[in-house]
Amino acid sequence: MKVSYYPGCTLKTKARNFETSALAVAEKLGIELIELSRWNCCGTVFSLTDDDLIHHVAPIRNLIRVQEMNKNGLVENDHRLVTLCSMCYNTLKRANIRVKEKPDDLKKINDFMYLEEDYKGNVEVIHFLELIKDIGFEKIKENVTNPFKGLKIAPYYGCMLLRPKEVGIDDPEEPVIQEELIFALGAEVIDNPYKKVCCGSYQTIRDKQVVSNLAYDILTHAQNAGAEAISLSCPLCAFNLDSRQKEIKEKHSDFTRIPVFYFTQLMAIGFGLNEDYYGFDLNYVNPEPLLKEKNLIGRNNAK
Amino acid sequence: MIKKLKLSDKNVDFLKKIEELSGEVITRCDQCGICSASCPMVSEMDITPSQLMRMVQLGESEVMESKAMWLCASCFTCTVRCPRGLDLSKVAEALRQVELRQAIDHIDVKKLSKDEMKRLPQIALISGMRKFTG
Repeated sequence: MKVSYYPGCTLKTKARNFETSALAVAEKLGIELIELSRWNCCGTVFSLTDDDLIHHVAPIRNLIRVQEMNKNGLVENDHRLVTLCSMCYNTLKRANIRVKEKPDDLKKINDFMYLEEDYKGNVEVIHFLELIKDIGFEKIKENVTNPFKGLKIAPYYGCMLLRPKEVGIDDPEEPVIQEELIFALGAEVIDNPYKKVCCGSYQTIRDKQVVSNLAYDILTHAQNAGAEAISLSCPLCAFNLDSRQKEIKEKHSDFTRIPVFYFTQLMAIGFGLNEDYYGFDLNYVNPEPLLKEKNLIGRNNAK
Repeated sequence: MIKKLKLSDKNVDFLKKIEELSGEVITRCDQCGICSASCPMVSEMDITPSQLMRMVQLGESEVMESKAMWLCASCFTCTVRCPRGLDLSKVAEALRQVELRQAIDHIDVKKLSKDEMKRLPQIALISGMRKFTG
């Protein structure tokens, strides 16, 4: 199955490990994620003011690329656009909804981009987790050769995968999609109410203390519930929950560092893929000691 | 006898401006407070999200002096929980835009240390600049 894929800026740099692990697990599942032949930044955040159209130009331009992918035969009559980064997912999907609901806005944006072909409003923006759910968690189970044998993992959703409701990939208050995935990988799911509490998002550039306070609450609640690791899908959440552990440790000396994984890294481990795809060099808290202790890496089964 | 609240023209103008920018019918807010109870940033704020809504309802432009809207992380928790179907994150954005459109920035990226710049992922910088600069 070939599907158009939008990486976004951060997946090519700071979250390279998210992309490499995702592409590898997708291949294992028989999905070919075909990167858009050209793409631009989505703008990261969906513009919330009613009169502002210019900030929807960037996301819509990326949706036109999906039409081009179909026209050029790079994908076969498939108007889905898969994203990995939660922020890109949210921005692209909300911009898509806005122009679908407001034809006048679409016309203005199309007129503005007069050098591009018109966007016809037929693209469907989805998150990789939704694609996994469509394939079925049974299929995930079948591919697991290196089960987690009860490693305790707390899923973290943050905001952009769940809210607002019209773009959420799951119930905004009781999401379970990551739980099902973690369970399929043979790990123990650690549920806790902080899984949908905001990590502070972009406030991290304005006041890192406020963000590390939030991250401290989120991480210690998961730890108190028994979690040994966190699973997530947003490079900004990853930065705030993983890299900001530096600031947390400076303030709370009793804090124990906890590894933070992209869910695709967990899948790559579970599928027993080559360790080159894990990309732990970009994780702030090194997850290798935990994985070695559980005998999940450093074995000879990697192919 | 029915008591009516009468807003001055200036206050009505401010309310209308925020309603127009946000696209939200702010007068529908019942002041139930679920937004304040749900907000992850409320402990850092000088006024709560529901107080912010009340001030806008009354057209009190003094709300612009509060730091509440600058602490909003657009997490949409209040949005999914508001029983009146209001989107407070849009109201906060409208208030921010009133200042940002006058080119009054609320962050100076040049003041970020080199170390921070190296650490921060692109999406943090882009989203931050979208929210805090005009």
